[in-house]
Amino acid sequence: MHIDKDTAAKVAKLARIRVEDHDLDALAGEFNAILGFIAQLNELDVTTVDPMTSVTPMRLKRRPDVVADGNRQDQILANAPDAREGFFAVPKVVE
Amino acid sequence: MDDLSNLTITEARAALRKGEVTSVELTKACLAAIDTAGALGAFVHTTPGTALDRAAAADARLAAGDAPDMCGIPVGLKDLFCTKGVPSQAGSGILAGFKPEYESTVSAQLRDAGAVMLGKLNMDEFAMGSSTETSTYGPAVNPWRANNSDAALTPGGSSGGSASAVAAHLCLAATGTDTGGSIRQPAAFTGIVGLKPTYGRCSRWGIVAFASSLDQAGPMTKTVRDAAIMGRAMMGHDPKDSTSADLPVPDFEAMLTGDIKGKVIGIPREYRMDGMPGEIEVLWTRGREMLASAGADIRDITLPHTKYALPAYYVLAPAEASSNLARYDGVRFGYRARQSPGDGITEMYQKTRAEGFGAEVKRRVMIGTYVLSAGFYDAYYNRARKVRALIKKDFEDAFVQGIDAILTPATPSAAFELGQAHTDPVDMYLNDVFTVTVNLAGLPGIVVPAGLDTRGLPLGLQLIGRPWEEGALLNIACALERAAGFVAQPARWW
Repeated sequence: MHIDKDTAAKVAKLARIRVEDHDLDALAGEFNAILGFIAQLNELDVTTVDPMTSVTPMRLKRRPDVVADGNRQDQILANAPDAREGFFAVPKVVE
Repeated sequence: MDDLSNLTITEARAALRKGEVTSVELTKACLAAIDTAGALGAFVHTTPGTALDRAAAADARLAAGDAPDMCGIPVGLKDLFCTKGVPSQAGSGILAGFKPEYESTVSAQLRDAGAVMLGKLNMDEFAMGSSTETSTYGPAVNPWRANNSDAALTPGGSSGGSASAVAAHLCLAATGTDTGGSIRQPAAFTGIVGLKPTYGRCSRWGIVAFASSLDQAGPMTKTVRDAAIMGRAMMGHDPKDSTSADLPVPDFEAMLTGDIKGKVIGIPREYRMDGMPGEIEVLWTRGREMLASAGADIRDITLPHTKYALPAYYVLAPAEASSNLARYDGVRFGYRARQSPGDGITEMYQKTRAEGFGAEVKRRVMIGTYVLSAGFYDAYYNRARKVRALIKKDFEDAFVQGIDAILTPATPSAAFELGQAHTDPVDMYLNDVFTVTVNLAGLPGIVVPAGLDTRGLPLGLQLIGRPWEEGALLNIACALERAAGFVAQPARWW
């Protein structure tokens, strides 16, 4: 699989990372180096192997579905770059 | 007492309990050592006020006879651990100014055990790197230098600040985290001990996430005994981490008998890599001989899928990182880019992440995005998860055949120079070739300093244990440490 400039631009957009047009070729080259390395995985026949889903066999803990925390508005907003009137502030989303 | 920061945890614990030294004195010695070690770039935020308060409280506990093992011991914390009211940036510009409103479970356990936090330690950005060069703070520097050279060497990464600080005696011990080798490779590069526990031993709650199915915290210490003491204080079940194991944590120190007669040690043939330096091979053979002399039964074993571990890792870790790092959007915490007129929320996200993340983090987030994207999910992500199952099975097969622990080299080389140009990102990834299998399989692994190379730089050996059997692993490591008799110290230049 070869990644071209357009694919690199698409991936950057999906990842919500702005990449300047003149940097896209170099980025595509780095992707290709990494994907070339990853391509070794194709040497293996994995058709009968189940994907690993947990590191150690364990049943996830369950807990009662009740409110156990809350009333922390000040703490939650304390690190926001822009918080106003008890809300996170962001650029206009809807016209 | 001079050079109090040179003490091990074990020595300091004894001196504290006998009243020969106070925690305040130990803490002041460490703070003074940190003050003169700016050239190492190890500590990136110091907390002298908190440290002295906690030291005084520890002294009161010691006087009252209520002193857990870590009580009064000054330690450093990797910047990846969230610490309440103290900058916690994960080495990233995107978390500039972030001061958590909460404390990670591991650092809270250490605090409650009486350990004294000296400050935060340098690391590769979001723990992505093997040299601490991707840090927003600039690189940490290895206290070791090669013979007749003043070239600055890397302490390794990602826990490079932790390794540098412990090796240079700026603190008695430090926390690290290990996703592909980030505790063990820096430990090897700096001549200290680094333990990555079994996945699930230490709570991940409050540790900035990189790859959640691989991340595990652990101690970085001057001796194996210290790793047993500090490791025990860091581990334990935590309801706030659903993957944390609800298993009792034994008294590892009590298991350090040094008696390994009859223990079966596996030597995996696949770890003999093409182009491996002769010195590494010699050290590995010596390790094998040392364990045999101590009474262990050495057996050649095979871990056939070893060569696929790094490629699988470089699918899975970026995939998980791309998901975990989606939270850095300039809304809830950290950095937000300045906006231009007309910018909407998407432009705000894109600029914030472009300016806040460094090059390696962006590369991995985008690789992760790609391997998870429609059309490639099965070809890359699912295939890598299947290969991971095969790697795990390799180890299970070895353990079923009666292997107690596996001995391997820790790293493919000694510490390398900072500032080397890496045109191919894959070059740097090869640092983790001997360590990454352990993360994929979720096993405990420990690196013990075992010798010096011809340039006078430390080299380590790795032991890999059975899941949840850190105690047995530490005991074998203790025997190896004793046989290796590594006592060299870096000559002070900083």
